[in-house]
Amino acid sequence: MGYVLGSDGFGRVVGRLLETYRIYAPVVKTGAGRFTDTDVVMYDEVHSAEEIELLKKSDYSFKEFLTPLSETLFFYTEEQVKEADLPDKPVLIFLRSCDMHAVRRLDQMYLANGSAGDWFYARRRKLVKFALIGCSQSFDNCFCASMGSNETKDGYIFSVDVRDGKIWSDVKDEALATVFAESAEREETVVPLHVTENKIRVRIPDTFTPDILKNPMWDEYTTRCIGCGRCNFVCPTCTCWTMQDVSYTDNGRVGERRRVASSCMVDGFTTVAGGAQYRKTQGERMRFKVMHKIYDFRRRFGYDMCVGCGRCDDVCPEYISYSNIIKKAAAIAESGEEEKA
Amino acid sequence: MGELDINVGKLKKNAFRVSKVRGETAARIRIPGGVIDAKAMSRIVGIAEKYGNGSIDITNRQGIEIPGIDLHDVDRVNAEVQAVIDAVGTNQTERGKGYPSSGTRNVIACPGARLCPFGCYDTTELARKMEAQIFPNDRHVKIDFTGCSNDCAKVRMSDVGVIGMTEPQYNPDRCVTCEQCVNYCRRRSVGALSVVNGKIVRDTKKCVGCGVCITYCPTRAWTRSREHYFRIVLLGRTGKKNPRLAQDFIKWADEDTVLKIGKNVYAFIEEYIDPNAVEHKEHIGYIVDRVGFEEFKKWILEGVELGPKAEVSQTVYWGGKRYDE
Repeated sequence: MGYVLGSDGFGRVVGRLLETYRIYAPVVKTGAGRFTDTDVVMYDEVHSAEEIELLKKSDYSFKEFLTPLSETLFFYTEEQVKEADLPDKPVLIFLRSCDMHAVRRLDQMYLANGSAGDWFYARRRKLVKFALIGCSQSFDNCFCASMGSNETKDGYIFSVDVRDGKIWSDVKDEALATVFAESAEREETVVPLHVTENKIRVRIPDTFTPDILKNPMWDEYTTRCIGCGRCNFVCPTCTCWTMQDVSYTDNGRVGERRRVASSCMVDGFTTVAGGAQYRKTQGERMRFKVMHKIYDFRRRFGYDMCVGCGRCDDVCPEYISYSNIIKKAAAIAESGEEEKA
Repeated sequence: MGELDINVGKLKKNAFRVSKVRGETAARIRIPGGVIDAKAMSRIVGIAEKYGNGSIDITNRQGIEIPGIDLHDVDRVNAEVQAVIDAVGTNQTERGKGYPSSGTRNVIACPGARLCPFGCYDTTELARKMEAQIFPNDRHVKIDFTGCSNDCAKVRMSDVGVIGMTEPQYNPDRCVTCEQCVNYCRRRSVGALSVVNGKIVRDTKKCVGCGVCITYCPTRAWTRSREHYFRIVLLGRTGKKNPRLAQDFIKWADEDTVLKIGKNVYAFIEEYIDPNAVEHKEHIGYIVDRVGFEEFKKWILEGVELGPKAEVSQTVYWGGKRYDE
């Protein structure tokens, strides 16, 4: 079923949805950018349709609900441990096609990598349904078409396209038909908007030989990359985290365990007992990150980790282009140069 | 060439310099905030080519001087400077007659938040607001604006210096303890941050509000305060007797306080300036040296409603080198 809604009609739909769901969506945070009087688009819980940013690409990804930057897992006191509470109201997340494809990667890593799923991820994941935001155009740095994440045909309960100031929705969840019908201007067959090409195109070789690891192409990133980790924190598919066990200062017998997001680009990520580090230079770290996204993950799971959202390129303060690194690596692999290196 | 009979006092007030080359003058152009549109700049170039010697001086205070102008051409230059005055929006008393005064110096601004990643406010915009309310005035006052605690505009050499601040806002839920804020604060700023139980604690006494933690935070755990804040520093100066750096007066001041203090210094000068001062000039810092800081403070805080965060210094001491003792 498809519907066309005016902005007031969409507002009423969101109002009805809020009765059932906690809604997370891209929101423009005024003045919250790095620099003075600049904005940032991030995910947050919304309480009305007006708060939802449907036109801009979000700087940070939806994954912050499923894998919070900082999450208390449990509290402990002497002999007892208690998991942190999580409201059990269902959650609806508005996201674009690339991010829908990222959900599969997150599920893969947290639920189907090894013998046991991640309990804390699973309890969040269970609550979540998705609303697909259609893309009428490619944004800067997007290369979703190259990664096959430009189109999403299922997995969402409804979609929203902004077309000429109206909201066009493809409603998959039959239970929502009445909610949409009540507020819609008319019914219409809707296929969510999606892009079929991007200005940036990459082609990932079927395979790399181990020589790519020693290729000098990585060296320049030792001086260019500052190791801030932004590329990982904004990435919808990065899943690395670290643990913090915190004993409260007033009483050390009480405390909590936190899971916080980590980054393979920051100092300390590969530091092991005794202080040794597996990847010391930023060039080595860049190599690890890129090859993980376009090769290592595929070897284990059969498809590429990167979805081509391009947020890493949007956010890099040093203007390092990850998609350009893919192109360089691909050119080396395909020229056979890596065998010589 | 007609005979020269020039009222030098009036010439200087009209923003022309008495040059060491007899018969020549230099026209001084005000550019408050240091930004001028390219078209107005081309007018200045035109004047320099037509009336000057073809060169242009960029002054220490972000103004422009057009040297090598024949003193006979002052009226014609004023007529052409009008387009620049209009473009910049400088206050004037009579159209076509150039600048009505030159005592109050051009208001300086670093690039600030228009361009600079560290700038905490639009320095040029605030400099222009200040200019609009203090010019024209014959009193020799220097007011400078800089975007952050780096003080690239060197406002500590001015009578009223304004340093941008932001109050870092911390969201512990977005913090992953990467410690980049801690490290950058230590290495690029004052070392006001530390880690306690996996979250960041900011020493509010130490923090200078430079925003380095915010600029380097990769997760937006640190963001800028909605309000723009200012550190107001007073009575720095160069010169023969006692050059010295301006000292802190108010930390976390708001924009209204900045503008009112800028205006209030003029009322204080009118009240206390030495009537017998050489060429009617007595620099404000030396007036305060005579009258005392308490009295000065009373005058400049007249009508000021300090914001809730403002921290006012009870008293201020200046150092510097004294050559006159």
